[in-house]
Amino acid sequence: MMDAALLRVEELHVSYNTPTGLVQAVKGVSFELGREKLGIVGESGSGKSQTGRAILGLTAPGGEVRARRIEFEGTDLLHADRRTMRHIRGAGISMIMQDPKYSLNPVMTVGKQIEEAFLVHSKDSKREAYRRTLEMLRAVKIREPDRVYRAYPHEVSGGMGQRIMIAMMMIPEPSIIIADEPTSALDVTVQLQVLAVLDDMISERGMGLIFISHDLNLIASFCDRILIMYGGQVMEECNAAELHRARHPYTRGLLDCLPRLGGSQHELSVLRRDPAWLETRGETS
Amino acid sequence: MRASSVLKAAGPGRALPSKLVKASGVIVSLILTFVGLTAVTFTIGRVMPADPVLAIVGDRASQEVYDQVFLQLGLDKPIYVQYLKYLGQLLQGDLGTSIMTAQPVAEDILRFFPATMELATVATLLGVFVGIPMGVLAAVKQGRWPDHVVRVIGLIGYSAPIFWLGMVALLVFYARLDWVAGPGRLDVFYDGIVDPVSGILLLDAALAGEWDIFDNALDHLILPASILGTFALAYIARMTRSFMLDQLGQEYILTARVKGIPEWQVIWRHAFRNVLVQLITIIGLTYASLLEGSVLTETIFSWPGIGLYITKSLFNNDMNAVLGGTIVVGVCFVGINMLSDLLYKLVDPRVR
Repeated sequence: MMDAALLRVEELHVSYNTPTGLVQAVKGVSFELGREKLGIVGESGSGKSQTGRAILGLTAPGGEVRARRIEFEGTDLLHADRRTMRHIRGAGISMIMQDPKYSLNPVMTVGKQIEEAFLVHSKDSKREAYRRTLEMLRAVKIREPDRVYRAYPHEVSGGMGQRIMIAMMMIPEPSIIIADEPTSALDVTVQLQVLAVLDDMISERGMGLIFISHDLNLIASFCDRILIMYGGQVMEECNAAELHRARHPYTRGLLDCLPRLGGSQHELSVLRRDPAWLETRGETS
Repeated sequence: MRASSVLKAAGPGRALPSKLVKASGVIVSLILTFVGLTAVTFTIGRVMPADPVLAIVGDRASQEVYDQVFLQLGLDKPIYVQYLKYLGQLLQGDLGTSIMTAQPVAEDILRFFPATMELATVATLLGVFVGIPMGVLAAVKQGRWPDHVVRVIGLIGYSAPIFWLGMVALLVFYARLDWVAGPGRLDVFYDGIVDPVSGILLLDAALAGEWDIFDNALDHLILPASILGTFALAYIARMTRSFMLDQLGQEYILTARVKGIPEWQVIWRHAFRNVLVQLITIIGLTYASLLEGSVLTETIFSWPGIGLYITKSLFNNDMNAVLGGTIVVGVCFVGINMLSDLLYKLVDPRVR
């Protein structure tokens, strides 16, 4: 699976110059992604979202990205010009965001927003874009695609909004999807539907997925491989199936904090963070 | 919003009554606003310690003449009777007679108001077509030199006294450089040639095919409109900048960039469409406030507009004229607010 890496990230650093000093959000993250589902898990502020945005070159103003290498299908993203970058965004790498309530443009119809994602990377006609959009809406299991095409984002539910988002990001057929907490804003029952849709489309099209979440259980059951991040660094990398055998004290700590149904009802342990984890990793990099 | 979509779901037969209910609601609120506006202005006009009879007869008239005029004006009746009578005349388009010009107030206003409208419209257009791009530019280049330039211009336009700007502009561009024409709406030479069809000189001259007069009118208009426009521009640019900054920070902008859309499209198609929703109210308010007539600008440029008319009438104790002018301005204000509400609903799908 790993022989044809789509994306190579080596020694990625993201830092922000703030009035109170330099904040290092990501400190030397390296990984490779093939046609697989890679989970990145970590607490708030561990740098997982920043990693996703840095790959797309969409770090917020004031942020600085350094890396030894960010390579996508042989293209060096660190030194790519704006045109190349724009072509890669959407058509090469795409991203699904947390809450469709904010990530869809409120004054544009759903259909126009999806069509736009297709047309910006294609020379096809508007008619073809319309046809593809309806097809895509059907593919994400939306029952009345004609009606939803003409609807505005405030007229659809959260789960539907997220499926629309998936349709929009998939329509230019990118090789990689970054899903940044795609189900955190949804109800538990809807979460599963959205994940099922995402899973189907990823495996059908043989894409690579970077799934960013703070939900260890979700990631373990959904992804093939997991990166555990803490303080802007990768603490541990393991196969999802072998998560329970993880050895790093931070991962163990996270696992111990999860309540289990039917388990013994002793008090849950409290996560202890050891600053030494960051220092040792920092020296080796 | 929920309720209306439920109504729609109930079938097409239910949609019509809900629209009727909405329309009648608008009409009722319009009538109430109108009654309130006239009642307040009328009462203020009548309780002011100024004697409308004296203004007509002068202070040397005999007591008999005074009493006669007093009765003729109906001032012996209770104030609500006077008000109802005024309202009745108003509905027939009769605003009474002006003491100052000895003509029906309605005719006066028809003569003075178009001048203000011409000035206000050009000033607002200037504010919109220069202020909006400036605001957008400032937001996109936040913290860099274009932003600073726009902010300084905004500050000047917003805080420099308009009479001072007007006089300096006249001194520089009219007296020294002779680039534009001086005060007034036309050179004396051209006065009274074109029939006042709309009262808006540019329009009337163009309709009559009198391009010399059109040029001359434009020459006269350009300076006062720019001065008034600077104020509109400063306000609109400032608001555009802050709305735009707000929208550019929203997550759907990140979505648009993730899709690989060119940056100018991200700005104008995505962010600006949302800014426009908020700007409509700002532009409407700016236009309405300019339509009230800027007394200072109209005074400096001898511009025969409604602001000047109301002020002069006030100094002459000419209550009918003041009332009439105030009511016309008020009606304009209400009308423009309604129009911007309608436009708002057209642009923003969430409030439809």
